[in-house]
Amino acid sequence: MIQAPPDRAPMTDTPLNRIRNFSIVAHIDHGKSTLADRLIQSTGTVALRDMKEQMLDSMDIERERGITIKAQTVRIHYKAQDGETYVLNLMDTPGHVDFAYEVSRSLAACEGSLLVVDASQGVEAQTLANVYQAIDANHEIVPVLNKIDLPAAEPERVKQQIEDVIGLDASQAVEISAKTGLNIEGVLEAIVTRLPPPTGDAKAPTKALLVDSWYDSYLGVVILVRIKDGHLRKGQKIRMMSNGATYTVDQVGVFTPKMVPVDSLGPGEMGYLTAAMKTVADTSVGDTITDDRNPAAEALPGFKDSIPVVWCGLYPVDADDFDKLRDALGKLRLNDSSFHYEQETSLALGLGYRCGFLGLLHLEIIQERLSREFNLELIATAPSVVYKLRMNSGEVEELHNPADMPDPTRIAAIEEPWIKATVFVPDEHLGAILTLCNERRGQQVELTYVGTRAMAVYRLPLNEVVFDFYDRLKSVSRGYASFDYVMDGYAESDLVKISILVNNEPVDALSFMAHRSAADKRGRQICEKLKELIPRQLFKIPIQAAIGGRVIARETISALSKDVTAKCYGGDISRKRKLLDKQKEGKKKMRQFGKVEIPQSAFIAALKMDA
Amino acid sequence: MEPLALYLHWPFCASKCPYCDFNSHVREGGVDHARFRAALRRELAHEAARLGRRPLASIFFGGGTPSLMEPETVAALIADARAHFDAAPDMEVTLEANPTSVETDKLRAFAQAGVNRASLGVQSLDAEALRFLGRQHDAPHAVAALEKARAIFPRLSFDLIYARPGQEEAAWRAELRQALALAADHLSLYQLTIEPGTRFFTEHARGAFALPAEDDAARMYEATAEEAARHGLAAYEVSNYAKPGAESRHNLAYWRYGDYLGIGPGAHQRVLAEGEMHAIRRHRAPEEWAARVEQHGHGAVESTTLTPAERGREAMLMGLRLAEGVDPARVEARAGLAFARIVDAAMLTALLEEGYLEWVEGRLVATIEGRVRLDALLPVLLR
Repeated sequence: MIQAPPDRAPMTDTPLNRIRNFSIVAHIDHGKSTLADRLIQSTGTVALRDMKEQMLDSMDIERERGITIKAQTVRIHYKAQDGETYVLNLMDTPGHVDFAYEVSRSLAACEGSLLVVDASQGVEAQTLANVYQAIDANHEIVPVLNKIDLPAAEPERVKQQIEDVIGLDASQAVEISAKTGLNIEGVLEAIVTRLPPPTGDAKAPTKALLVDSWYDSYLGVVILVRIKDGHLRKGQKIRMMSNGATYTVDQVGVFTPKMVPVDSLGPGEMGYLTAAMKTVADTSVGDTITDDRNPAAEALPGFKDSIPVVWCGLYPVDADDFDKLRDALGKLRLNDSSFHYEQETSLALGLGYRCGFLGLLHLEIIQERLSREFNLELIATAPSVVYKLRMNSGEVEELHNPADMPDPTRIAAIEEPWIKATVFVPDEHLGAILTLCNERRGQQVELTYVGTRAMAVYRLPLNEVVFDFYDRLKSVSRGYASFDYVMDGYAESDLVKISILVNNEPVDALSFMAHRSAADKRGRQICEKLKELIPRQLFKIPIQAAIGGRVIARETISALSKDVTAKCYGGDISRKRKLLDKQKEGKKKMRQFGKVEIPQSAFIAALKMDA
Repeated sequence: MEPLALYLHWPFCASKCPYCDFNSHVREGGVDHARFRAALRRELAHEAARLGRRPLASIFFGGGTPSLMEPETVAALIADARAHFDAAPDMEVTLEANPTSVETDKLRAFAQAGVNRASLGVQSLDAEALRFLGRQHDAPHAVAALEKARAIFPRLSFDLIYARPGQEEAAWRAELRQALALAADHLSLYQLTIEPGTRFFTEHARGAFALPAEDDAARMYEATAEEAARHGLAAYEVSNYAKPGAESRHNLAYWRYGDYLGIGPGAHQRVLAEGEMHAIRRHRAPEEWAARVEQHGHGAVESTTLTPAERGREAMLMGLRLAEGVDPARVEARAGLAFARIVDAAMLTALLEEGYLEWVEGRLVATIEGRVRLDALLPVLLR
């Protein structure tokens, strides 16, 4: 029933009714990647010796953090109990709200989804967000209860929860343990028998959905496609329906998950093409690819553009790394068009870039990739949301950086973005979560109980969430709360810009926006923190938080009291001088505030702090 | 002509002290005195031949433990130095000694060899502290040694280490008063610092003990100057206290950025000749150094010419340790660089305003407030 992997180009003209295209949606850690590994392994798609954990997550960062960022696909051959061999195309999707856009386009390439829920944990916030997207994409959904082997597994309770919270029939849920391999066969059979085959017309003009694209250093731009109608062939002249650009196909192929060239891809299939494109910017995700000579009449419905919602400044710790940062951002952008950057200059931090991200996780991932893949030591300023400033003149300006805030007397009103957040939390921590949401100006939308877990839905200003909300959420719930959100429009708010002054000079990188009611507290917190972080120096240093000219918080760092080498004779002089030379060198990493020089590391630490 | 100061390093100790990062070595099997005597004499002759005749103001036998030297080695080296150079009539000849009975028994012989000033490594007058510091003598030994040395040497200094783990200001004041009562004309009073490569460094990093907090150490430093002043000993350098005129002339040569020869394993040397400052460092391993001297006449492993900017920094970092401060004209002469290119004018103004520096009769002086923060002040002041 399980057949050996094909060792050369597999058949491509698979009848539609033998194809199943599916994705897996799950909360983080509920076992999505392990199940994917197991499906690949049990059908012999990858030889055992080539198996590594989380086959589909190709970036280190994906594998380590258990998240998937780029869409990935793998073609699995499965001989079902009905005796037929099916082609199962697994589309792996990102599981996080920041990548909702990527999720939606991946889902659009499939007809069904496996909903994986941890049988001991139950439904979590991400489960919900992702499954709703799958439902929106008209997917047939097969619930799968994972980790059924755990003593804490409660399959009946979790099935009930799936029915109560999501409204899906869970009576036929497949109970498995991806870890031990228990009942993987059941999952494969469910894919074949319960998910619909794709539809399409082999004789119609070529129509393929551009699902994703990335840059490969050997092949150039690689495009992940889902064929709707017609065929894609090597040598074919194709046209991008969004802009009419034409290319000649160099190669078409499938993922096993290694890239294997084939002669052509037919309707219902997933695979890739390369066509001598130079940059990912030449491709537009959601575009329709057709045949240049025999084009389709209508394009597939596309996707709307993803817009950055969180911005922060990224600066090299070593000013000499600025060029390296520019190149690195350019390279990352090649593969991630959702991320934006523009040059800016900070008095405290020097030359850097203002960068826009889809969300906090996206920000964190880009930052981590910059440090890991490009070996850059970076400082990130506090994340800021995009404010809309309604000016007295009637114009509306967008504010990405609090430091750029215009004179408040020119502003009629400030609007801030809101989110709708869903939190799942065990009963005993609900009180703390509600208090947290209320502190953050949250408005309760819904509060329901599912067994011993509560689901709270809140509207919250995004501004309050980018500032240490995750960490607080985790700490007040001892790690048991799960959280997800969707953007929920803009609303006017009483917001002020708080400036931080060190030795009476403003530190642009530390200025931030806050609701007037929280301004004093936030100002005080950051002054206290800076007092801890800035080492005592020769001179005492005043630290202030101010709204305009009004000081709302103040701390003073006293002068250091003693710092002198006890013994210094003829033999010590070289060592002392070299130490001094090093200190002078280290001053390059210092920022001058009047006669006081603050080590950049203090600002970095201040920016890293979350409370 | 700038007079020379001559430093001679004896690298051997009876045991290694846990706080000491000086170039010292323990040789269980004994030391080949004849070999090291010959090597020191040969390296001295080698340097003297290169330099030519110059006035010689001081000799200092440091270590290691130079009181473990044979008196005839000391005598031979002093005689050689007098032969190579024009010794000042009142040339200061200092020898560091440990207050163990074996070594104090040799003090008279050292005096006969030409030593006219002794510096005793007393370190503490507290029994427990002496154990903590790994010293081989006890407090009564130290007192006996001091009394003996006072009778032999016209000039005498000794060292104490304070701001030890758990030490309170009151206890230190009491110990210091006892020491001042025993003192002659000079004391070196060091706050305990933890140096890389020492046993204390490892223990401290492991959390085995903690030093007093910065503010407490600062208070103890002030208390020290106060107590010493009461006995007529002025803080003429960060850690050195003397009656007027009793300052260590040899060490003043370092702090005034004068010319000094460094002979022996690990010794450093600075000599300004024809407008260039030559810096020499010698091999630290005693036997390797000796072998090199035997082969080449000297054991130098690094010989560099310092840039004017480096010289300026060295002159300042040494000079501001002194209560007399620096004379800008002398710094310029020693550095070969204008004072304005050595110090940052704006920061100088700020430091003067803050009361960390002051001008005294044309000399730039770090006030006591400035001196106690000197390591933080220098990178701010110097360009």
